[in-house]
Amino acid sequence: MSILLNRRTRVMIQGLGTEGQNQIRRSLAYNTNVVAGVHPGFRGGNSFEGFPVFPTVQDAVRRANANCSIIYVPAPGAADAILEAADAQVPLVICITEGVPIHDMVRVRQALASSKTRLIGPNCPGVIHPASHCRVGIMPPDIFKAGRVGVVSRSGTLVYEAVDQLTRAGIGQSTCVGVGGDPIIGTQQVEALRMFNSDPETDAVVLIGEIGGTAEQASAAFIKRRMNKPVVAFVAGATAPPGRRMGHAGAIIEGKDGTAEAKLAALEEAGAVISRSPAEIGSTMARVLQERGLDAALAD
Amino acid sequence: MNIHEYQAKQLLRARGVPVPQGDAVTTLRDARRLVRELGGGVVIKAQVHAGGRGKGRVVSTAGRTAAMYKRLEADPEKVEGAVVGNRRGGVRLADGMEEALEEFRALSNHFLVTHQTGPGGAKISSVLIEQQTNIASEYYAAVLIDGSIGKPVVVASTEGGQSIEEVAAENPRAIIRQPVDPEEGFPAFRGRQLAKRLRLPSSAIRPAGQLFAGLYQTFVETDATLAEINPFVLTGDGGIIAVDAKLNIDDNADFRQPLDELRDLSQEEKMEIEAERAGIGSYIKLDGNIGCMVNGAGLAMATMDSIMLHGGEPANFLDIGTVNRVERVIAALRIIQKDPDVKAILINIFGGLARVDIVAEGVVEAVKKLRIKQPIVVRLNGSNVEEGRRILLESGISVESAEELGEASRLAVAAAR
Repeated sequence: MSILLNRRTRVMIQGLGTEGQNQIRRSLAYNTNVVAGVHPGFRGGNSFEGFPVFPTVQDAVRRANANCSIIYVPAPGAADAILEAADAQVPLVICITEGVPIHDMVRVRQALASSKTRLIGPNCPGVIHPASHCRVGIMPPDIFKAGRVGVVSRSGTLVYEAVDQLTRAGIGQSTCVGVGGDPIIGTQQVEALRMFNSDPETDAVVLIGEIGGTAEQASAAFIKRRMNKPVVAFVAGATAPPGRRMGHAGAIIEGKDGTAEAKLAALEEAGAVISRSPAEIGSTMARVLQERGLDAALAD
Repeated sequence: MNIHEYQAKQLLRARGVPVPQGDAVTTLRDARRLVRELGGGVVIKAQVHAGGRGKGRVVSTAGRTAAMYKRLEADPEKVEGAVVGNRRGGVRLADGMEEALEEFRALSNHFLVTHQTGPGGAKISSVLIEQQTNIASEYYAAVLIDGSIGKPVVVASTEGGQSIEEVAAENPRAIIRQPVDPEEGFPAFRGRQLAKRLRLPSSAIRPAGQLFAGLYQTFVETDATLAEINPFVLTGDGGIIAVDAKLNIDDNADFRQPLDELRDLSQEEKMEIEAERAGIGSYIKLDGNIGCMVNGAGLAMATMDSIMLHGGEPANFLDIGTVNRVERVIAALRIIQKDPDVKAILINIFGGLARVDIVAEGVVEAVKKLRIKQPIVVRLNGSNVEEGRRILLESGISVESAEELGEASRLAVAAAR
């Protein structure tokens, strides 16, 4: 069994705007099992690309047995869309939407605390499980290759960067998770690490952090106490000038914990192997797999 | 988005937070009228989007050249005619009309340099004139969001009137952090409990409770990411009043907050405004000479890191966002080209939502239209990459192509030398 996604994942899409339509077409082309769309007042009628389109999430769950939702709803309605999916008890909700107000996410986190729904994102590239061709997000499918290394990242484009390097080095991926770049997200990177740690499909993990917040320190604490698989880590923003905001709201340097140096030190101390250069994530992982005799992950 | 102190105070006052009587003015005539109305001693405060105003230097508008900036950075006192007036700082006390107007003139439309502004300073686009407050002791109050717990936190301290970062470093036990249940909010009784912990005298417990409740209400209703009162003070006669205030509003709430009305463009970098108008995710000018155009904040930072590891220095941070229009690529390259420091350009695009073929078309058009002279290194990957590479190759424009990030950085650093 893998983490988050598998062969039994039945995907619905909330928000069939232009971007949602384009992305879901690419998931279909990748052979992802898309079973429903949710778009109240959808102009295209009751179906899109062969799957039914419903006005509510409840319908998609009841009538199409969807068990995973991907949200492309624009920012003003994104929180509402997440809450609708949680209300319909969808077990996994992945929100791609960028620019969700932080106060909306306070509300969402509060509501999800007492629900069974797991949220990934918002402001994330989604999740992909190459072995089952399950792509729930916006990742370019061509660069992935099924294998045994997990990837977790706050940044979307750095998932692609890391995966591209892994694939070029002949290293396939088990599951890749973009947890999102916002200050409040549904699933922390440390939770992804915990899942990878107990995932029989995963032999090693690439962890990509960035400046701001304290998520990497939480990951470091987990790596030190519980992680029994090698972790290769890169932290973006080592050279960013302090005090300036670099796009992600999460990338604000607050105190010393927010700096790349503090994060790298915590991760290194915990036993993670650090790649100082963003261009050497793949080669570092190749070396680590070789050193630890994890040939299955290499040969794949 | 930052707003001015006077705007923050208006928003707080409307929600029951006591603030000094006063108003922001831009003309001498309004200043005179206001000082007469207020009577007695007044405080004159430069309105800029930067902290450290009290210790700042006011510099004149004349001769603001790059060379002058450099000398200002070294020592503003030594730049002849730069420092305005004899008194320091962007916050001044005045007794009586004549002194007040003199200080108004010394601040209005000049520039305030603080540790947060850079050598050129921030334009003093308006001046806040308020009644003086009789201060017995100073306290700190703020609300912000703690991402790790996903909840607002109210922060309070007896060490008001100084930088809270310094207090946190030197005397962390003087800071109270209280997580808020978002459903309950922060009613006045919570504020009174907190006031008690700050050991305020019993006469001040009720108004301080009101201040905390009003601050929290403002934080929520204005979609703030930070609402700060530093300091609020206990007055000589036992009252409570917010002497300074800062609000940072979530840019993402623009669809339901009057951000356009509250915004002061004179406080922002021109190129950063131009980038925003072109729909570019984020542009920040830096000190190096390699112009960068990257998609995604994480990859943009990683590209800067990679450039530095190869011995170069980025001229900017530029996250172009999701590229689905050629015009955006051209706009981004125009902004980079306008920066006189740029000696080489590194384009690093890894398409997910973004389409690499559109980036390639944009690069080709920009090079032809803008007559870009600097050497360009392009690294494309991801969605539609084959098409993108073909467009670049067949265009005949002179760019260096790289397959991966390390190589691209190395080429760009070499080209900038």
